[in-house]
Amino acid sequence: MSKLVIDNVSRIFPAVRGGTPTRALEPTNLSVADNDFVTILGPSGCGKSTLLRMIAGLDRPTTGRIMLDGKAITGPGADRGMVFQSYTLFPWLTVSENISFGLRERGISQRERNDIARQWLEKVGLTSFANHFPKQLSGGMQQRTAIARALANDPKILLLDEPFGALDNQTRALMQELLLGIWERERKTVIFVTHDIEEAIFLASRVVVMSARPGRIKADIPVDLPHPRHYTIKTSPAFSDLKARLTEEIRVEAVLAAEAH
Amino acid sequence: MKPLAPISSTARVVLGISFFVLFVAAWSYATFGGFVSKTFLANPWIMLQDGWFLLVKQGFLHDIGMTIWRVLGGFVLAALLAVPIGILMGAYKPIEAFLEPFVSFARYLPASAFIPLLILWAGIGELQKLLVIFIGSVFQLILMVAVSVGSVRRDLVEASLTLGARDAGVLKRVLIPSSAPEIAEILRLVLGWAWTYVIVAELIGSSSGIGHMIIDSQALLATGQIIFGIIVIGIIGLISDYAFKAANRRLFPWSII
Repeated sequence: MSKLVIDNVSRIFPAVRGGTPTRALEPTNLSVADNDFVTILGPSGCGKSTLLRMIAGLDRPTTGRIMLDGKAITGPGADRGMVFQSYTLFPWLTVSENISFGLRERGISQRERNDIARQWLEKVGLTSFANHFPKQLSGGMQQRTAIARALANDPKILLLDEPFGALDNQTRALMQELLLGIWERERKTVIFVTHDIEEAIFLASRVVVMSARPGRIKADIPVDLPHPRHYTIKTSPAFSDLKARLTEEIRVEAVLAAEAH
Repeated sequence: MKPLAPISSTARVVLGISFFVLFVAAWSYATFGGFVSKTFLANPWIMLQDGWFLLVKQGFLHDIGMTIWRVLGGFVLAALLAVPIGILMGAYKPIEAFLEPFVSFARYLPASAFIPLLILWAGIGELQKLLVIFIGSVFQLILMVAVSVGSVRRDLVEASLTLGARDAGVLKRVLIPSSAPEIAEILRLVLGWAWTYVIVAELIGSSSGIGHMIIDSQALLATGQIIFGIIVIGIIGLISDYAFKAANRRLFPWSII
């Protein structure tokens, strides 16, 4: 059964100062199954982040509706955890307090909050940084905390908006393995937005390719690589085939996007 | 000198002190050298003698105490009202739309121009002095706090919403803690301005305070006493500034790491 249903959703941003309205997203349909890991791949400006923000409830669709477990989404809520591209840890809270922020909003007792935070600190390998402030952490550590913060809330679905976009290549690869490891254990439903082809294949059980603006879904490609996945899979023939195919798909769009700008 | 290149902390202290030395040297040169008449500007030695006379014989400590109490009293009253209003204005746009135009207008009303009116309303007692400082700082505080709260990072608010925070939670656990260090900095800044209002308030219809001593000394042409009074204000300002900064570092360690 579908966990998340995106039904005829489009987004048009109103005109600014006599310009024309921006069609960020053409009417789009997409269903995401329970426990699926879907990556949305597209060139910049294809509306993939807009789509994710609408699922999070931070933006409203111009047409259509989004249903989670059969209920229409009308605003942001704790049932959809989000990890942003920018570093959004609360700078006045320690790492541990950041992780338990959502639990606190739900009125969970201090003791239980500490327990859950401790478990997540361990899962993302930050136990010895529990009492550090975000500014004292590297970018990779901050995003690990952000993932832990979103998951500690036990959301129905986890949304990630290019969370590793600002990290260097080596850190990025380690973060992908960490996230994949967590998913293989927890089996959350995940939607992950990225413009990195390798990242999209490595993480996903399904890659959704989006076209250049105005964004629409161009291809929907299953990734049948076995789990648990090891980083060496990135050099396997099956991976290379997928990469070649997606590179072709995305290249056309990148060219179109470059011409449009 | 390279732009923005840092300097050692010893060099910083030495350079800071040397300007004070230079300043006193220039003053001494002008007065001891006879370039400026004693009637208009006392030399540093006379200033120190006058200061000693004020402290020991004239009970100047009482004046200093009165002035500090007035500044703090008026300022605390202003802050108690302005900080909550500013936070609400920054957080809720209808409240901002309702109050902002008036507060912006009131901010330009000079506190000193209210003194005659305040004497009429409140007499020449302590209440009038407190009110001058209150009027001088409350509107500035409201506006600056509102701007600070209103410019909180949107992505932090969005993150809190996706973690299940609701209206009151966003206000209490995101907007307020996020702007708290800046609000403390605003309080430090406006407290400095409050000091200028208190002296003006004490120049008119007052029987105690540093400003009162200064206006009395003018009648006696005691420029040494006037300068001593001004320097005392400067020193108190410096101390309160450092105290504020130290408190902020202690309260908000996360903002300066």
